Amino acid sequence: MIQLESFLIISAIVFSLGLFTVIYKKNAVGILMGVELILNSVNLNFVAFSKYVDAHINGQLMAIFIIILAASEAAIALAIILNIYRNRASVDVTQLDEMKH
Amino acid sequence: MSNLNSIQYFIPELFLTAAILVLIIVDLVLKDRKGHIIAYLTAASAIIAGILAYQQFNLPAASLFQGMIVVDSFAIFFKILAAFSTAIIVFISLDSFGDKAEYNILLLIVTLGMFLMPAVNDILMIIIAMEIVGLMSYVLAGFHKKDLKSTEAALKYMIYGAASTGIMAFGFSLIYGLTGHTNLYDIQTALVNGHANPVAMFVAFMMILGGLGYKIAMVPFHFWVPDVYEGAPTPVTAFLSVGPKAAGFALFIRFLVTVIAHPTYGSFGSFTQNVQIQAPLLLAVLAVLTMTLGNFSALNQKNIKRMLGYSAIAHVGYMVMALVVLNNDAFGAVMFYMIVYLFMNFGAFWVVESFASKLGGEEIENYKGLGYRDPFTAVSMAIFMFSLTGLPPFAGFIGKVYLFSAVIKQGWYILALIGVLNSVVSLFYYLSVVKSMFLRQEDENVPIQSSLYHKVLVVIFVVPTLLLGVYWQPIINFTTHSIGIFFGK
Repeated sequence: MIQLESFLIISAIVFSLGLFTVIYKKNAVGILMGVELILNSVNLNFVAFSKYVDAHINGQLMAIFIIILAASEAAIALAIILNIYRNRASVDVTQLDEMKH
Repeated sequence: MSNLNSIQYFIPELFLTAAILVLIIVDLVLKDRKGHIIAYLTAASAIIAGILAYQQFNLPAASLFQGMIVVDSFAIFFKILAAFSTAIIVFISLDSFGDKAEYNILLLIVTLGMFLMPAVNDILMIIIAMEIVGLMSYVLAGFHKKDLKSTEAALKYMIYGAASTGIMAFGFSLIYGLTGHTNLYDIQTALVNGHANPVAMFVAFMMILGGLGYKIAMVPFHFWVPDVYEGAPTPVTAFLSVGPKAAGFALFIRFLVTVIAHPTYGSFGSFTQNVQIQAPLLLAVLAVLTMTLGNFSALNQKNIKRMLGYSAIAHVGYMVMALVVLNNDAFGAVMFYMIVYLFMNFGAFWVVESFASKLGGEEIENYKGLGYRDPFTAVSMAIFMFSLTGLPPFAGFIGKVYLFSAVIKQGWYILALIGVLNSVVSLFYYLSVVKSMFLRQEDENVPIQSSLYHKVLVVIFVVPTLLLGVYWQPIINFTTHSIGIFFGK
């Protein structure tokens, strides 16, 4: 039987990797991948807690909804990134300094 | 309440959903002959939804859909505010986006999200409601597809939004792990009766603050504000500064009084922490940082939208300052301030929006000599600026008095003092706009002709800003009656 701690450690690692990706990636699509990692670590947490802590399946339902939200978020984010690419032929976020003062 | 019985109390949201679908079809049917019809229908739908929400005001508070959302006077207050701000924004954006059906429909979808946000009673609904508002706001911020600034604003808003929502969801998963419940009331009961680890609770609280703080633009989650406020179309900026922020505050307050605190036994209207994690102290530090950073960054801004963006951060600081004391006085003060802020901020943004083309830009420099070119608008703008500062005869002063008095009553003197000092700092940059309008002029003052529509809207914002500064009792009565927060499953 796998312990709850194992799941939590894995999800903490995935979360940290996601946060690291969001902070350090220069490519907008890369940042989006980091966000997906964060959301997946959240899902892992919810499902693990649902099995070990909760008597119901609330956590698994949360995971399903978060998967849906992640998909819709990715759709809108990619649309915005595509628009940026059309305007400037680059998706490097460090070059987006139109409003720096 | 069971799912089937709940539907009769869910009418405002159902109406909004139906209105959104109908408007999409109307847009398809009318094709190119639509003019401003969709915009007017959007405003009408928002107002009708607000009225429908108001009809539930005196109903006994209850939870719907087996504890998913609640209907109580607190939620209804913010629903009315959301509906009202959407209706006003439709009129503010009539010139620039009146013929864009999709813009107005997106506004209405955000309104649906803002109707759900104050009424949440479950972690699942918190995440869904915040995402409805968030995702549509990203699209609205980037609505000028060809404009580099607008697309950049949308991307920055989206990246910060997605990351902070993810972090917040992680925090909620920790709360779920600590208690085994997703219902906010069940979480409260479990935390009060159980022995949750304070460190884990504190970590979860910090992570959730990441998401909520992003929504209301609180330091240190404010980095998106200046760029998004400057880059997004002006009506969208005005909308983001009031509508979603008010809903965010409603969600924040509900989160504080359920997950973080519970009603103190014996004295209704004040709250005690569920787990001793020093939440008030943390909020006090963040409030001081928020207002100080907002005010001092606004000092040397050249662009008026960017300046208003930093000033919006400062105003969030004042409101978070009141939340520190966790009682009904503070919640009432925040709700009153939100109403006042709606009028003065919309007024300022409306002047920026309608005069951007006439003055040739959105820099403070462009307002040079406006006092001689269009005295009516310049005086109104000055009133908005004085009210935002919090000078006496205007509404902003009364709003700040309530915020500060709530804090002082509970003995947080230093916090209140820092708040007052910050207001003094804010006088400097608000006055720089007034100075630019009245004390400096160009060689030749060409009068600006403004339309009747512009004047009527300015009057709509100026009158409450002046009136609420001298006669505010009805609004205070309304907010006092609106703090019926429902606890239950």
